[in-house]
Amino acid sequence: MRDIDSSLITETVSSLFQHACLFLPDDVLVSLRQARETEESPVGRDALDKILENAQIAAADKIPLCQDTGTAVVFLELGQDVHVTGGDLYTAINEGVRRGYDEGYLRKSIVNRPFSDRVNLSDNTPAVIHTDIVPGDHLKITVLPKGAGAENMTRLAMLPPSQGLQGVLGFVVNAVDEAGSNPCPPLIVGVGIGGTAEQALLSAKRALLREVGKPGADLEIAALEKEILGEINNLGIGPEGYGGRVTALAVHIEVLPTHIASLPVAVNFQCHSNRRKEMVL
Amino acid sequence: MTDDAVASLKTGDKVLLNGVIYVARDAAHKRMVEALKHGKPLPFDIKGKVIYYMGPTPAPPGRPIGSAGPTTSGRMDVYTPCLLEAGLKGIIGKGMRSPTVKESLKKHKAIYLAALGGAGALISRSIRESEVIAYPELEAEAIRRLEVVDFPATVVNDIYGGDLYQEGKAAYRRTQ
Repeated sequence: MRDIDSSLITETVSSLFQHACLFLPDDVLVSLRQARETEESPVGRDALDKILENAQIAAADKIPLCQDTGTAVVFLELGQDVHVTGGDLYTAINEGVRRGYDEGYLRKSIVNRPFSDRVNLSDNTPAVIHTDIVPGDHLKITVLPKGAGAENMTRLAMLPPSQGLQGVLGFVVNAVDEAGSNPCPPLIVGVGIGGTAEQALLSAKRALLREVGKPGADLEIAALEKEILGEINNLGIGPEGYGGRVTALAVHIEVLPTHIASLPVAVNFQCHSNRRKEMVL
Repeated sequence: MTDDAVASLKTGDKVLLNGVIYVARDAAHKRMVEALKHGKPLPFDIKGKVIYYMGPTPAPPGRPIGSAGPTTSGRMDVYTPCLLEAGLKGIIGKGMRSPTVKESLKKHKAIYLAALGGAGALISRSIRESEVIAYPELEAEAIRRLEVVDFPATVVNDIYGGDLYQEGKAAYRRTQ
């Protein structure tokens, strides 16, 4: 058993969100620079130049990359031999979000009663927390400030199993086509296949955490990712939707076993501002 | 924004805006359209003005505003024709507009421009002053008056029926 004090968790969450909103991860920068080299459309190249310049300015001026500093999504891998002391885990995380969004001058975007009052809760809580219990005595915290422009384009289909691979491919490509310029391309396309409806959606989101362009779990999945990416980049949407070849930087697919009657497919988008940051305590 | 300026702009043109623009997004739009329906005045004179769909991050000390990129315009589609009817001449946002909005833009001789989505830090540099002028309780969604210098935008929908998103996509689409 290893003790981790809740105040350390709060501090960590606070600094992870502040960091994530200012600095694009290296793998994203590399991928955007590659996109700049391959893009054929002049307006698309110009948009990619501006996106890369924006990343430099955000880091230099300490101004968030994007004004939508997101819903505070937090993924936890909690070792079963960890004992959280000095308070409860989820309270500590929410306090980290509250502090990080305040101290980091990040936008508070969470409102109550989505269908009526929509009053801003002013501290960007509650965080959306996904916890996996794993072996060991460490706590891995990954933050994903998730902007709504991309999140609003999420799609879920419960396909008939007869549709198979072609059904999956068609659904994902069509979801990107319909989303068009709205989710701020070039995108990372997270796809969850299998499980139940909510598992497919969570897998699609989890897929966004993967290093950009790193192939999926086996050769069949990797081949499908490549095929879907090829079709997406034939759509013509391009950077910012102004027309071009690079509509997505990567397609990441996560696969789960499913029911004999089901073929769930979920698509969750991440914009080019693919902000995420992790730390292991 | 003058009628002459609007008439001179074509889909795909890159422009640098200078002067005063107003910031309003979802919640502020709802209130403005309700005000118009009840015959009440808007928080600012909308005739000939430009609205920017945006909700900034808080301004750090010593700066007029934080990160300040555009939000997705489609959510404002239900409110836009009413504001164009009232004299709005220009809109800045990002993402596609509905056929109804595009018709309304043509009818009222107004244009829709895109600012670069996800470039809030870069855009912030072109904003010199920012003042909340209405609905402060909406926080990030309050109405603001901005003074901008060389604010970069691209014409998406001009008054001649052009649409950058449709034309750009068609030019680079590879059908199977």
